[in-house]
Amino acid sequence: MSSSLAISTKLNLQAHPVDEVGIRERVARLATRSIKKTSKVEGLKLALSMVDLTTLEGADTPGKVRQLCTKAIHLHSGRKDLPMVAAVCVYPTMVRIAREALQGTSIQVAAVATAFPSGMNPLAVKLEDTRYAVAEGAHEIDMVISRGDFLRGDYARVADEIGQVKGACGKAHLKVILETGELGTLDRVRLASDIAMQSGADFIKTSTGKIQPAATPEVVLVMLQAISDFYRKTGKRIGMKPAGGIANAKAALNLLIMVREVLGPAWLTPSLFRIGASKLPNDMLMQLEKERTGVYQGLDYFSND
Amino acid sequence: MTETNISTKGSDWGYAPAPESADHFKLNEQYGLFIGGKFVPAGSGKRFATINPANEKALAQIADAGEKDVDKAVKAARTAYEKVWRKMSGRERGKYLYRIARIIQERARELAVVESMDGGKPIRESRDVDIPLAAAHFFYHAGWADKLGYAFPGKSASPIGVAGQIIPWNFPLLMVAWKVAPALACGNTVVLKPAETTPLTALLFAEICQEAGLPDGVFNCITGAGSTGAALVKHPGLDKVAFTGSTDVGKAIQKSLAGRSTKLTLELGGKAANIIFEDAAIDQAVEGIINGIFFNQGHVCCAGSRLLVQESVEQVVVEKLKARMEHLIVGDPLDKNTDIGAINSKAQCERIRDYLKVGQDEGAELFQTKCPVPEKGYWIRPSFFTKVAQSHRIVQEEIFGPVLAIQSFRTLDEALEKANNTPYGLSGGVWTDKGAKIFKVTRGIKAGVIWANTFNKFDPSSPFGGYKESGYGREGGRHGLRPYVELS
Repeated sequence: MSSSLAISTKLNLQAHPVDEVGIRERVARLATRSIKKTSKVEGLKLALSMVDLTTLEGADTPGKVRQLCTKAIHLHSGRKDLPMVAAVCVYPTMVRIAREALQGTSIQVAAVATAFPSGMNPLAVKLEDTRYAVAEGAHEIDMVISRGDFLRGDYARVADEIGQVKGACGKAHLKVILETGELGTLDRVRLASDIAMQSGADFIKTSTGKIQPAATPEVVLVMLQAISDFYRKTGKRIGMKPAGGIANAKAALNLLIMVREVLGPAWLTPSLFRIGASKLPNDMLMQLEKERTGVYQGLDYFSND
Repeated sequence: MTETNISTKGSDWGYAPAPESADHFKLNEQYGLFIGGKFVPAGSGKRFATINPANEKALAQIADAGEKDVDKAVKAARTAYEKVWRKMSGRERGKYLYRIARIIQERARELAVVESMDGGKPIRESRDVDIPLAAAHFFYHAGWADKLGYAFPGKSASPIGVAGQIIPWNFPLLMVAWKVAPALACGNTVVLKPAETTPLTALLFAEICQEAGLPDGVFNCITGAGSTGAALVKHPGLDKVAFTGSTDVGKAIQKSLAGRSTKLTLELGGKAANIIFEDAAIDQAVEGIINGIFFNQGHVCCAGSRLLVQESVEQVVVEKLKARMEHLIVGDPLDKNTDIGAINSKAQCERIRDYLKVGQDEGAELFQTKCPVPEKGYWIRPSFFTKVAQSHRIVQEEIFGPVLAIQSFRTLDEALEKANNTPYGLSGGVWTDKGAKIFKVTRGIKAGVIWANTFNKFDPSSPFGGYKESGYGREGGRHGLRPYVELS
């Protein structure tokens, strides 16, 4: 417990007020940047290289996970110019299968842990969940914060829990899911981001994908600004992962614009920016094929994995 | 990261050029004066060129109106006033205004492109701000035309007569709308003089009046430089003069009207304080600074050209402002990605450069962004000065360009004192998370408009105008109707 106590006692809870109207205006303005032709093609490829291809269903099977891993490596048949995605994101029991399927590639295996998606379990169970996923071979752990503790105002507990999970991760990278759809205000999104970054998060992540709204552009912008402030104060670059509700290629490109203008080009890399998605890549592929051939193809021409 | 060879190198991915096309309309090679419903050449036959400030090429030749042309225009306006417009019911007048508003919307794309070509402002602004707001002003005032009795309860409102209106080059069509819409709604007729560097959209507006079937002579447009404006103001046939522009010219107009019964409203310069408290939403406040001073290249009379920032957050605000400014794209006004367009004219560009030199000579520290700018045309990179004092000219005088002066303050009282320590009183801004502080500041600053946690927001229903050397009279809202009616 000593290391975790150190976190909560050092916690800096300085308020960084967020103005919702201003955030909405900035989001709208960023969305007017023009992305087309070469810029669109390059942007889509970059975005694809940042995808955490995800399957988090109770109905997941080893076969389905292997299929997803194949998609992660070969996004679209017949195209050699496409990158591989950054990671595959699965439940802990599927980590070993994903590791095997992705052998020899640079694709990371991320596992959700800590009683994902609700986080409604005792800390000991969450830590065990994390250790199990890491032991199975997960490179990255996507944890959820205890929203109940956070909304009650027990920030120290939230921070300590993140710190302990970070300890359980060992060398694995930790992404901290704020589940912004349950936080209610942008001020709370900002505070949760600050707590997560101070407590050992390597990435902060918007959502589990199980709750709506999820990765709205407003929420993403607030979290990027929090990351920017954290970097200014500490010199540490924290990563960002919007996940859930990113509807289409256009929305994905708008995320890149935000990262570029808020954090700068240094963050435009899969090691610092990820997009959590399952269906989104097909829309991006459809756009890429449209740029290549000049015509849109139906969704039947893209594999569902 | 464990066992990884994932790329950690940032990408230089960027945007595609997206120039708005200008081939969906054709400008005439020359434009005459619009008098009595027709385009006519200037009596002297003289013309001048209007220049695209982004490439220094001439766009069209414009008739240069002299005293005789002014006289013809005022007489045409008088005839239209006596014979048609003053007698028409408010409901009928309103129909014309609605029609004009709709045609502005229909021709919005053309108007936006011409506005950007003639004046240098980014298409993002002419498309999203200038033209929609111009249409909104006509819609708003069309609604008032038959409801003036409700605007002034218990009184009877009648028109004044012929209004001479002189407008500046920073919002060419929007200023046409601010001036012409209330005048026509209240039953007056108009002789308008647009600025010599940006006459095109006013002339297209004249075409729109023809298209709308507005009775001949209700709206007249005479083009020319300062001497044309002076001739208009001197003309004894005017019942009302409305001017937006520099304080010096405003004072000259005031002198020239002394001893006459002609009514006058003036909307002049400004040097607004944008005050940022330590409890503000800092990132949004930084965005507000950007909107406050770099909107329309800083050619905005209500620009937030003085930044007052509380000392505890001064350093972080300046750091963030620098970082944000480096993302501002300066260049082709017709490109949708452009944030800051061309400076309106060579003269204005030189004036701003002079101020940049003056500021440095006075000992202030200049910061300018590193963005590339085109070779041809008139450009100033977004700039700010730190280490400035109240006595510096860059703090006291209106620069009318993308140049911000930054000062810090410790207490609210100090902020108010600095904010008010200016000959101007047009606008102001306050950024804080505390409602009570907003009210304290807005009550404490003598200015016509004060924005809280936002900046440069305009709406036809909201009166705009200043105190002190920023002029008098209001435009927009019910207040804006008052200068165009006699009450009995």
